[in-house]
Amino acid sequence: MATKNIHVRTMLELNAEGKKAEYLFWVGSAGSYDDRAKKITRAFVKILESCNIDYAVLGQEETDSGDSAKRAGNEFLFQMQAMQNIEIMNSYEVKKIITCDPHDFNTIKNEYPELGGNYEILHHTQFINNLILQGKLKINDKVFSGNNITYHDPCYLGRGNGEYNAPRNVLKTLNCNIVEMERNKSRALCCGAGGAQMFKEAEKGNMEVFELRTIDALAVNPNIIATSCPFCMTMLTDGVKLKNKENEIRVLDIAEIIAESLGI
Amino acid sequence: MYKQIAFIIITIITLSIFLYSVSIIYKNIKLLKKAYPIKDHIKRLKMLLEIGIGQNKIMRFPLIGFLHALVFWGFLVILIGSLEMLIDGFLGTEKILAFLGTIYNILMALGDISAYVIGILIIVFLFRRFFLHIKRFSGIEMNHKNHVDASFALSLILLLMVSLALMNISYLKSSDEIVGQYPISKLVANVFSSSKQNMHVLYEISWWTHILLIFFFANYLPYSKHFHVFMSLPNVYLSRLTPYTQMTNMEAVTKEVKIMLDPNLAYANTNSNEPLEIARFGMKDIEDGTWKMYLDSLTCTQCGRCTSVCPANQTGKLLSPRKIVKNFRERITEKSKGLRKDAKFDDGKSLFKDYISAEELWACTTCNACVQECPVNIDHPSIILEMRRYIFMEESAAPSLLNSMSTNIENNGAPWQYPPSDRLKWAENLTININD
Ligand code: SF4
Ligand code: SF4
Repeated sequence: MATKNIHVRTMLELNAEGKKAEYLFWVGSAGSYDDRAKKITRAFVKILESCNIDYAVLGQEETDSGDSAKRAGNEFLFQMQAMQNIEIMNSYEVKKIITCDPHDFNTIKNEYPELGGNYEILHHTQFINNLILQGKLKINDKVFSGNNITYHDPCYLGRGNGEYNAPRNVLKTLNCNIVEMERNKSRALCCGAGGAQMFKEAEKGNMEVFELRTIDALAVNPNIIATSCPFCMTMLTDGVKLKNKENEIRVLDIAEIIAESLGI
Repeated sequence: MYKQIAFIIITIITLSIFLYSVSIIYKNIKLLKKAYPIKDHIKRLKMLLEIGIGQNKIMRFPLIGFLHALVFWGFLVILIGSLEMLIDGFLGTEKILAFLGTIYNILMALGDISAYVIGILIIVFLFRRFFLHIKRFSGIEMNHKNHVDASFALSLILLLMVSLALMNISYLKSSDEIVGQYPISKLVANVFSSSKQNMHVLYEISWWTHILLIFFFANYLPYSKHFHVFMSLPNVYLSRLTPYTQMTNMEAVTKEVKIMLDPNLAYANTNSNEPLEIARFGMKDIEDGTWKMYLDSLTCTQCGRCTSVCPANQTGKLLSPRKIVKNFRERITEKSKGLRKDAKFDDGKSLFKDYISAEELWACTTCNACVQECPVNIDHPSIILEMRRYIFMEESAAPSLLNSMSTNIENNGAPWQYPPSDRLKWAENLTININD
């Protein structure tokens, strides 16, 4: 099998050539720096490449979206971050954005407009689902056929923005068994990382939230726990390790599952 | 005639007390901040029909939700009968709506059935409350007084239904010419064998008992958790339409940030007649809150659905979203009296710390499960996040790791300590397999 190097282009590069990209791929802080989340970013880029999508990233011109700062109560920092990002995105006349991070998705979609940033933004599960529907992405349904996959809904994508179907529709194309946890969709339990929890110690209690959510997942005997958020990924990966199940159960992002099924 | 005069006097007294309670609420609203403009009435109407009239959120707990919906719908039908009683009382008439003919028959029949259904359900609810130990009825915020309030309100409703049933039965047994249909009372009436005279006395007694109970109930509600009977529909109609996870924008901050990013604006702004006036960033006490938080707190019926689905609460943390909403009402009840007289009133206490601790606030994951589950669209995270804003921006007392996160974002543009120059490192040595 042949391999090809991928060069991820930045808006700055394109601009120097007098070009524009149709989509901005918003990577976000987790997708850029967190080791586990970087793999999701890379998998998604492979999907973009394999479908010949016209995209570019901001690269070093991207700065944190401010989502966590805002939820920690630091509105000043949030707005500083947001305005810097909006300024740079507007300067490149960005119209459409794709991101793998439901938190940044929520912030850019709902909180940037009031600060002057108006974009059409899609979460990567929505984007992948659209690619499949449009016939641009040919799924290979052999690789995951017969697997038991349970999908954990990220709060910021599901309850927050009402997207429960796109990720499930993508999974459905794989000929796998989608096993739903008892609490799913609008009833899904949080992974415990939202609202800036990711960056602090949990308050005292009798368990961590991620453990409880992992128990939910283990109860349906999956061999893959799928999710579509870098924070949920961290939490559920920790949960599976805590329960000593890391050899039996893989925690994967929808983008990783699709990239793996395509063998790219 | 005497009956009519007595009725009018009692009604006026009742209404006056009720209007007094409402005026206090109105004055309290005036003490609070604005939340959002009420637009999109079509959307709101739709929400009112689905969540309010259709009861679709409460039915997320299917069985008990359906039973509650039955009570609610029954109430709506019975309400028409109560209005008729009010008009009859005022005008000295009897069954004034009877001209509606078939519609009247249907309404009365449904009302009669509802009286029995609700009566039985209330007994079931009381039984549940006393003997079944439903977990969500307890919690750190639930005290003896709350349980008494709940049981008292339920008992009042039961009495309302019993008096209504007796009214229908005695009416059937004492009238020569019966208007309206009362199917269940008709069956039950067979058991009663008493003179027409006695039955007429019973009718008068139950008629008065029923209407006086309504009057009492109406004036008890504003001080009870059962105020949701009045508040639910308006609260649903006025609830926010933005996605749950969308946080409000602080305009005062926007102005300052714009100046920071572009100092030229500062000079341009010096002559502006819009001073950057803000009492406080975030919420320390109720007067920093919005009218919506207050309406939410008045609407909460302490059912505990929110707390039962809260991830923090389920894992043994101190946070309970029901407590947050309940505390808001308790605090405004305590402080508003002073505030209504003097806008600067200070009793040395505040919602933050004296009622709600930092530990509770920081435990929230903003997952919005509470909002999703609340049958009357109460918005708990808005209160929590507004208080976090106060802690962070006014007291600089956020958990230390959140301060480090902030510092990292300020310095490196990422919540971790990585240099901005590494932002594209993930793209290094990236290859794709090409299948032929
Ligand atoms: S906030 Fe809503 S869900 Fe929670 S106790 Fe009150 S009424 Fe019930
Ligand atoms: S948003 Fe906060 S209070 Fe509400 S359920 Fe989630 S963690 Fe609990």
